[in-house]
Amino acid sequence: MFALETIAHRLRQGCQTMSYPDGPAPALPDRHGGALRVDSARCAAGCDACVPVCPTRAITRLPGQPVALDLGRCIFCSACVEACPPHAITQTNDHRMAVRGRGDLVLGKPGEEEVRLAAALDEKLRKLFGRSLRLRQVSAGGCNACEADTNVLGTIGWDLGRFGIQFVASPRHADGLLITGAVSRNMELALKKSYDAVPPPKIVIAVGACAIAGGPFVDHPQVCNGAAAVVPVDLFIPGCPPHPLTILDGLLRLLGRVERRLPP
Amino acid sequence: MNLLPSLRPILDELTQRFGAQIEHAHAPQPNELYLHAKLELAGALCSTLYRKHQGRLAGVFAEDARAGQNVFFVYYLLALDAAHGFVLVRVPIPADQPELNSVTNAIPAANWQEREIQDLFGIRLVGHPNPRRCALHDDWPEVYPLRKDFDLHSQLPPFMGERHKFREVEGEGVFQVPVGPVHAGIIEPGHFLFSVAGEPVLYLQLRMFYVHKGIEKLFESLPIPHCVRLAESISGDSSVAHATAFCHAVERAAGVEPPPRARALRTICLELERLYNHIADIGAICTDVAFVTAHMHAMRLKERILRVNEELTGNRLLRGMACPGGVRFDFDAGQLRALAQLVDELERQFNDLSELTRGNSGLRDRLETTGVLTPKVARDLGVVGIAGRASGFDHDLRRDVPHDFYDQVQFTVPVLTGGDVQCRFDVRRDEVVQSFAILRQVMAKLPAGPIAVPLGEVPADRVALGYVEGWRGEIFHWIHTAPGNRLARCKVKDPSLQNWPALSEAILGNIIPDFPVVNKSFNLSYSGTDR
Ligand code: SF4
Repeated sequence: MFALETIAHRLRQGCQTMSYPDGPAPALPDRHGGALRVDSARCAAGCDACVPVCPTRAITRLPGQPVALDLGRCIFCSACVEACPPHAITQTNDHRMAVRGRGDLVLGKPGEEEVRLAAALDEKLRKLFGRSLRLRQVSAGGCNACEADTNVLGTIGWDLGRFGIQFVASPRHADGLLITGAVSRNMELALKKSYDAVPPPKIVIAVGACAIAGGPFVDHPQVCNGAAAVVPVDLFIPGCPPHPLTILDGLLRLLGRVERRLPP
Repeated sequence: MNLLPSLRPILDELTQRFGAQIEHAHAPQPNELYLHAKLELAGALCSTLYRKHQGRLAGVFAEDARAGQNVFFVYYLLALDAAHGFVLVRVPIPADQPELNSVTNAIPAANWQEREIQDLFGIRLVGHPNPRRCALHDDWPEVYPLRKDFDLHSQLPPFMGERHKFREVEGEGVFQVPVGPVHAGIIEPGHFLFSVAGEPVLYLQLRMFYVHKGIEKLFESLPIPHCVRLAESISGDSSVAHATAFCHAVERAAGVEPPPRARALRTICLELERLYNHIADIGAICTDVAFVTAHMHAMRLKERILRVNEELTGNRLLRGMACPGGVRFDFDAGQLRALAQLVDELERQFNDLSELTRGNSGLRDRLETTGVLTPKVARDLGVVGIAGRASGFDHDLRRDVPHDFYDQVQFTVPVLTGGDVQCRFDVRRDEVVQSFAILRQVMAKLPAGPIAVPLGEVPADRVALGYVEGWRGEIFHWIHTAPGNRLARCKVKDPSLQNWPALSEAILGNIIPDFPVVNKSFNLSYSGTDR
């Protein structure tokens, strides 16, 4: 009787869903590193050792200016951390890095050493979406890594459903889009059409370095350098791919369901 | 020429038969034989290798050499599994008459790759059965991005339209069901047009390349160390396999051998990648026939592997680990213990999952005889990897031309002949069991020593082939180096490109509601195909 066996098997599994966000978030292993922090005050004069090692040209240093690291472009390879002898660029081991404004991901200026974490939606939208958010995922020219770690959120360990967040099959059933990928020229039209099909008010979430800024494919004429070139974006979630915890934190943050980090 | 003894008789026979038409033969590696031939000879040489020597046409690609030699080169990569090597046939195409006689009618496996050459190099195909655009969609302007005179920073005029004409399928009661490019789940985009008569599918047309990002062109613009990170982003689920294949190519071009410990650690990563993908696919096949308990169990196991991946390399998909010359991170005793524990635990729990699925007659009912790919069609289309091995097409680079640490471990290659979804399911299940054994052997034999050798600048004008048997199938990276530690060309061949046409064959006669599970049983990468 496979039906009975299946039920018995299911019972043996018990509850596998993590206690986060009520309990502590699962710790990131040391090697992960989390978000970056840039203390340009520590930079040696005129040093730009980090600039050429970055595979996505996320770091720039204009003469007379502090170094600028764009976490939106970053694929978290840690090459710059290794290349920086005075430890101006460090890893924070923090999984939280979702922001509302593109500029909030640029690190380096005094006072802007870390990302400026996302604020919640305004009261009206929060009322609408806070307890029930339906998203249509559009994969628009990534490599399927962001899709994989977004998908994971639907499995038992993470169980996105408990927050009332769900991925739906049609943009017409959705409150917004979750976009991955650099937006290839061949996907531009499909993305536009999907966006137009979502009834307003709608929100757009860009997940991963590609959707934020083109990722490893940045500045290639065959891609659009991210979702913002085609549709307005409300939330940027960095990573390559972002850790599911980072995505979850971003979604909950947007819905006003986790505390905003207090300024130090 | 330092050539493998098993390739020698093949070379002798070909030179005897074609004489001076083969202008030059060389072997940069003992198992890689290059034949530079006259253009007219391409078809005959490929057919001989394909029919007589059981070669598999694993790749067709072009290179723009107009600057130095006033020609385009077209390469045909044939894998000779029994001889444990590869033959690359190179023919020149005059720059002023860019035309190529198609070999697709003789070797169907060439179909999409030839069309890609036409799109990206502007080399016109002659005699191709379906010479329409594929990589660049129909509304693209007349540009050839892989030609050297296409500037990476050129602005393309705005274009956006839908001019693609699918083939008409007509008859009483025949109708069309379009699906995509945006699909219902969280998956990559592609367009499927089903023609059905009642329930059964009569014909399936695939339109891909929605996520074409011009990756091969990008390789030409980056310094080699940065290219590794790009290789990791060709197909996220095969990050290790692609990056490792790329590193192999660079190492061969530079003439360095990665240290034994690096080869062992790479093998561990490749097997972890195989494990998490196979287990997730087993779960996903179960979902597509509504057996959710098994799916959730599988996804829990996958998550367990991803967390260990992260502990080992800092990334759930093992990104950041690869570098030419070796690997970037060593595993310490604690990490190796975590890995050993993972293998023990997974083995137990995977057995549970196997029993759960084996005992379920409802599952078997849906999987058996569904989506059959016959051995004949598999061979004609050159289907690779698990999909090939489930249809009796027995080849696996890990065994036939061992890379990394695979010559140091013992394993079997599961091969079934039924070609249905159940067989693709079972091949995965059996490979998972083999992976456990491989991981244990590698850990037991793990060599001490450095994890990388310094590479320095890679000499210019070398050609090299990198290959890896990824979880989905074989992956090739062919590079031609340029001065300044850069690449003049990098050809990327993902197994998906080879296997998509097989899906069109396997679905025939099945009903559309079975399409998701048939599709999942192949689980092909759109990004790997489209690049
Ligand atoms: S960690 Fe990010 S910013 Fe630093 S080198 Fe890597 S991609 Fe660039």
